[in-house]
Amino acid sequence: MLENFTYLYHGFGIAADPFNILLMAVGILLGVIIGVLPGLGGANGVAILLPLTFSMSPTSAIILLTCIYWGALFGGAITSVLFNIPGEPWSVATTFDGHPMARSGRAGEALTAAFTSSFVGAFVAIVMITMIAPLVAQFALRFGPAEKFAVYFLAFASFVGMSKEAPSKTIVSMMIGFALAAVGLDMVTGQLRLTFGFEELLNGFDFLIAVIGLFGIGEILLTMEEGLEFRGKAAKIDAKVVWHTWKTLPKYWMTSIRSCIIGCWMGITPAGATPASFMAYGIAKRVSKNGKNFGNGEIEGVIAPETAAHAAGTSAMLPMLALGVPGSPTAAVLLGGLLIWGLQPGPMLFVEQAEFVWGLIASMYLGNIVGLILVLTTVPLFASILRIPFSIIAPVILVICAIGAYTVNNNVFDVVMMLVFGVIGYVMKKTNYPLAPLVLAIVLGDAAEEAFRQSLLASGGAISVFWSNPLVSSIMGLGLVAGLWPLISNLFSRLRTPQPA
Amino acid sequence: MKNLHALGLGTLTALGLAAMSMVPAAAEWKPTKPVEFIVPAGTGGGADQMARTLQGIIAKHELMPTQLIVINKSGGAGGEGFLDVKNSKANPHKIVITLSNLFTTPLATGIPFNWKDMTPVAMLALDEFILWVNAQEPYKTAQEYEAAIKAAPDGTFKMGGTGSKQEDQIITVAVEKALGKKMTYIPYKGGGEVAVQLVGGHVNSTVNNPIEAVSQWRGDKVRPLCVFDSKPLPYTDKILGDLSWSSVPTCKSAGLDVEYVMLRGIFMPPGVSEEQVAYFVDLFKKVRETPEWKQLMKDGAFNQTFMAGAEFKDWLTKAEATHKGLMQEAGFIAAAN
Amino acid sequence: MSELPHGAGTGPSQRSAEIGVALLTLAFGLIVVYGSYIVGFGWGADGPQAGFFPFYVGLIIAGCSLINLVSGLREDARELFTEWGQLNQVLKVLVPTTIYVALVPFLGIYLPSVLLIALFMKWLGNYNWATTLAVAFGVPAFFYVTLERWFLIPLPKGPIEAMLGL
Repeated sequence: MLENFTYLYHGFGIAADPFNILLMAVGILLGVIIGVLPGLGGANGVAILLPLTFSMSPTSAIILLTCIYWGALFGGAITSVLFNIPGEPWSVATTFDGHPMARSGRAGEALTAAFTSSFVGAFVAIVMITMIAPLVAQFALRFGPAEKFAVYFLAFASFVGMSKEAPSKTIVSMMIGFALAAVGLDMVTGQLRLTFGFEELLNGFDFLIAVIGLFGIGEILLTMEEGLEFRGKAAKIDAKVVWHTWKTLPKYWMTSIRSCIIGCWMGITPAGATPASFMAYGIAKRVSKNGKNFGNGEIEGVIAPETAAHAAGTSAMLPMLALGVPGSPTAAVLLGGLLIWGLQPGPMLFVEQAEFVWGLIASMYLGNIVGLILVLTTVPLFASILRIPFSIIAPVILVICAIGAYTVNNNVFDVVMMLVFGVIGYVMKKTNYPLAPLVLAIVLGDAAEEAFRQSLLASGGAISVFWSNPLVSSIMGLGLVAGLWPLISNLFSRLRTPQPA
Repeated sequence: MKNLHALGLGTLTALGLAAMSMVPAAAEWKPTKPVEFIVPAGTGGGADQMARTLQGIIAKHELMPTQLIVINKSGGAGGEGFLDVKNSKANPHKIVITLSNLFTTPLATGIPFNWKDMTPVAMLALDEFILWVNAQEPYKTAQEYEAAIKAAPDGTFKMGGTGSKQEDQIITVAVEKALGKKMTYIPYKGGGEVAVQLVGGHVNSTVNNPIEAVSQWRGDKVRPLCVFDSKPLPYTDKILGDLSWSSVPTCKSAGLDVEYVMLRGIFMPPGVSEEQVAYFVDLFKKVRETPEWKQLMKDGAFNQTFMAGAEFKDWLTKAEATHKGLMQEAGFIAAAN
Repeated sequence: MSELPHGAGTGPSQRSAEIGVALLTLAFGLIVVYGSYIVGFGWGADGPQAGFFPFYVGLIIAGCSLINLVSGLREDARELFTEWGQLNQVLKVLVPTTIYVALVPFLGIYLPSVLLIALFMKWLGNYNWATTLAVAFGVPAFFYVTLERWFLIPLPKGPIEAMLGL
């Protein structure tokens, strides 16, 4: 433990080299651009720049690449808040309250809250990596398919049952999400399903395409219907907005801590940043005093998912380094990079390449601080984008959405699908079908089904595998409690009300 | 003999030069815009890693006048990427790296493409497969593990692998056939995940590629039992204690008569000219001489066979027949075929 | 644009919209059920087959669609989904966007983007030509530089770009 701190101290020496600091700033800026463009994810960005880092030292290269990743994590929030278009999958939950805040003229506040929470989440995750890396790595090894399914189940259970729309509509919406997630190649049997012989459907329905369409295009159509202007136009731009928002943030310390725990845990297991953000949002909504107001621009609804997403994204680096198993798609690409630089991730990396590992960890601290400062200075700038008249910004957003949809899979057909999803999003909004369950089902549906069937293969078809050891049983138990929570809390309040009355 | 050879080469060069001065356009083709490098698999996998390493090597040594751009098209077990190449007729600015899904995907899914729909360029290397068990298991040799499988009822032992009806499962079925016992095959998304599932004890064995599991081996978490190739690996660098890749016996010598290697090759769209193919063959020959490529080969314990032209086509024809046979026996052929 | 045609007061009813959506989801559910039926929806020896989950998902969609259909039929027929004037506004975006998306496979992404932005600014925003052209060409040019030059991501291109040798 003490040894770790000595290493970390040396690590700071390496990371604080002026050239490396410069790389951090460059990486963060590139990352923010990647994060802002929907579709072009952190994984793509890192993969694309990976070959360019060949001539650098491994430490400098990974500093640049991880900073792109941090930048993308930060940047994903920007378009979510401003235009209701999640730049990254993990910022979908940020749109739920972030965009309503922007519409009511509080874009600067929402962005500041998002960036600051991102930073807090990442920072906690890094501290955890510094302190208990080997321990945590051991824990991650215990997650087989059954445990993973339990985690997905828990993520799902903590989010459902929270919409105010008719239950039958919520179910239809969610099930459509599951059905769309099932299209394409079935991983377990290697069969194509629901493609009906269309080559365009081989890839299935990508979550990002659906989200860009449902949220981004749908929002533009709704705005058009209500008149040719952005509702956030009246936003007054205040350079001090960062400071004012910061003063209100400490109030939500409970939400932050909770989201940090959820995020770290989901990052390590590894379920990833996207389920973490949904789960943190779902739980915050249930637990918070202002829960009823979630969805109408509650700042807590921005803090919860952003903290969790960033904590998960950061802690996903740990299983990658210590086990060689990537906790996220971006980590998978970085893993490839490590191999190219001649570093073998895995149990021996912390021993054999201590200098590299602690240099990287130190760069995580510095990179996030540099990142926070950089993105906070841009808050007034980004908030002022909303002042651009709608007739200019609308076609630009449409173009950005089309480019984003294309870059997800380099497929023109996806641009068509994006528009179809846009119309669906508009009609669903108008007929009171909730969009969030659909989106969550597309994200988790595939992975959950895969884990479920892998577990059954391993157990020879016995469902009891989900209760076969204390770890999986307790996660499933938590999931059941979370899923039935609305009923339970209802029951409690009914029991309680007669007494004071 | 050597002199004669040199003379012949000289004459050829002279002839070539003469020919070039006459028809400059046809003699030496060069890419005039960025070349798209299709990877029919997701980011972070073995094929993707190799493609991005190639991109880095080619950029660093300036082996090509334009840029090489890696694009992942992984839909339908890689079918999307192959269809894209198949449909880009006569486009010389597109190449694709293959893995075994070149053969398995059309057979298992019925997606309509075949290696003959594209232009074979070169075989870069062959990827090896090794039978791994968790280091805490009592089996020190392949024979001991085989005996344990044979002694237990069907389906007791769990084999983890990448994807379904692809190379890992084909090897598993071949192993089952050789031993006369069924195993439970569990498919995962990527090779790294498979290796970690083995370390965590969620499966009993895997057939990971060397590069996917080497770090776990160095950490003494997994143990290689045998390699599914005709001869042991040539790499003698120490990995764990005194052990190196060369100390892993072949499966055949360990009583498990299964051989399988995976193609890492390059193809171009159909209808490209011979000069264009020759350009890329030459390019990859140059890549093979770089220290970075040699390092990758050593790290991943690849079989460094290089082939082009007719030799490569013969190899492909044979490999296709082998895959068809294996998959037919295993019942992996899609109903539509 | 304050003189939006708000006063029109007529339009498609919420009831017909609800019914329409319910019928669409019903059809979608049935397609999913059929697709799962093709690949097999049983419970094999080692767990569910490829179509098992989608099959029941499809059934649930169909079932809940019927509930939505019934509740849609009960809706008040006078409540409006949207006014014709508002729908007109929506179509003003939707029609050009549809044309835009349809052009992308043939002309690449750059030229249609220029046209889309120019059309919006001129037709809906009444900007002068100088501003319009600056934005219309500037935005695609920005993406060309960032994506194709920096990040080496090729976007779809058409005959015009081929002529220019990009």
